Amino acid sequence: MADLILTANLDDADDFYASLLAAYDGLDKPASDALNARLILILANHIGDADVLSEAVKTAAGYST
Amino acid sequence: MNKIFEVPLYAYQRSPDQDATIAVRHKVIVIGAGPIGLATAIDLAQQGVEVVVLDDNDKVSFGSRAICFSQRTLDIADRLGASRPMVEKGVQWDTGKVFFNDRQVYEFNLQPDAGYANPAFINLQQYYFENALVDRVRELQADGAPIEIRGRNKVEAIGTHDTHVTLEVETPEGPYNVEAEWLIACDGASSPTRRMLGLDFEGRVFEDNFLIADVVMEADFPSERWFWFDPPFNRGQSALLHKQPDNVWRIDLQLGRDIDTDREKQPENVIPRLKAMLGEDVEFDLEWVSIYTFQCRRMERFRYDRVLFAGDSAHQVSPFGALGANAGMQDADNLCWKLKLVIDGKAPELLLDSYSRERVQAADENITKSSRSTDFITPKSEMSRLLRDAVLDLSEKHEFARPLVNSGRLSTPCTYERSSLSSADALNGPSITRPGSACPDAPLGDEFLLPKLAGKFTLLTIDADAPERIEEGGVEATRLALSVKDDLTLELKRRYLGDATSAVYLIRPDQHVAARRDSYEENTFRQAIRRATGKE
Repeated sequence: MADLILTANLDDADDFYASLLAAYDGLDKPASDALNARLILILANHIGDADVLSEAVKTAAGYST
Repeated sequence: MNKIFEVPLYAYQRSPDQDATIAVRHKVIVIGAGPIGLATAIDLAQQGVEVVVLDDNDKVSFGSRAICFSQRTLDIADRLGASRPMVEKGVQWDTGKVFFNDRQVYEFNLQPDAGYANPAFINLQQYYFENALVDRVRELQADGAPIEIRGRNKVEAIGTHDTHVTLEVETPEGPYNVEAEWLIACDGASSPTRRMLGLDFEGRVFEDNFLIADVVMEADFPSERWFWFDPPFNRGQSALLHKQPDNVWRIDLQLGRDIDTDREKQPENVIPRLKAMLGEDVEFDLEWVSIYTFQCRRMERFRYDRVLFAGDSAHQVSPFGALGANAGMQDADNLCWKLKLVIDGKAPELLLDSYSRERVQAADENITKSSRSTDFITPKSEMSRLLRDAVLDLSEKHEFARPLVNSGRLSTPCTYERSSLSSADALNGPSITRPGSACPDAPLGDEFLLPKLAGKFTLLTIDADAPERIEEGGVEATRLALSVKDDLTLELKRRYLGDATSAVYLIRPDQHVAARRDSYEENTFRQAIRRATGKE
């Protein structure tokens, strides 16, 4: 069973962030929301491991605003 | 056009019970001659238990209602001697197509594995299903079996006692009183029995309305299940098209919340909706129209002393997945052998509590499945719709998203995993036949396995020794000796041995596995019989 990685793990943080932002360029709110949803599903499937996913959901949900 | 559901099949006839000065006491009374009530009565009568079915109507169900019957249901119907006309009449299907917006996103195949006597599913109007069961009742009666259906006998009041139940029954010729040692309520989701006894029925209410229409048309749509999410002809909603025998097509259209039900049910409002879906120039007749909302709920337990609940009276789910009638058939299957042992004094009444526990587990599984399907089909929030639509968009190109698409999870038999009737697994065998599982069928040359396991405790040995019969506390188990060589397709080996080289299974009368081991050991199997009959 793998643990959720919460230490730095991206090959290049700045490049990744820039390419993520670029994906939303020119998209209105509904199109951006749809992109978010697709991205979550694609990443979740790539991870696959139920424990890691559940940890990730918990970690993300832990930020009540 | 077939109007089988307009012909009285068990017309009212005066019973001698109505002229008795002291109420006659029957062994078992079943309330409701729907699929579950009839199956229950047949199962009991086949075991020699005297049973009377009371129904407030005198016909099979009005309109097609349940249309999709699973392999497990057909296996049970086979044990009841009624599956042949169902399979002959039913439409077999294995392809499903999913549409999103204006396009098909993917199709799936319920590729039925080889080596089962019955198909994975058939579509058949509920009235045909019931008709086959009524025919079987008539056949049993001709053979002198103790079974009777009383049409237009409406139960108006129920009194419960330690040793029996009393009923006040209304008929076209006035009321009469009758008694039963055991009462089985198969009187549907709005069960009058449940209401009369003041019992709860808790769960989650879904507010979306669905229009259900059966149309008769000469159309060349194939025998497939077509499901639409957000189609142009029903914006923001869902739709389903499914074929039944006699050129009848089931159409299900989600209408949303807060609608005027009476108005939407009128043909002048229904027909334009159907034309938008089927095409302006398709000719069709409306056979049956209904509008429903649904709930996912169950009773806290399915046994209240001498009153047992089975089918929709005990649990209710959404129609997606054919989880209702198929679960009800498994209720009947689970209950009847237990009741027979209790009536014969061969098992304690406690055994009937295992009926409740096992079928509550099954109901909870179905409620979970059904609630999840419903949340996918009718998203309740903006985010829920967003994720749903993303799944559908992705499913067109990417295989990974298809298992997330949920237009109904089809009925599968429940494995009574933690049941007190099951013994610990003592075989390094396949998971599909672990204790608690419903036995999968397997080919045996020209024959099949399941009919050989029907209605009694069986010691199934595969390349293993065991006595031809053992008796424990009045309960007999008889041996069925097989070898992997009996099935050249090796399904028997795959399904019952896996990596093991031999096996002994104790199989309950409802074809669920009670215990298994690599070889016979007397104490183990005697104890397993005691456990399976509620004595340990």
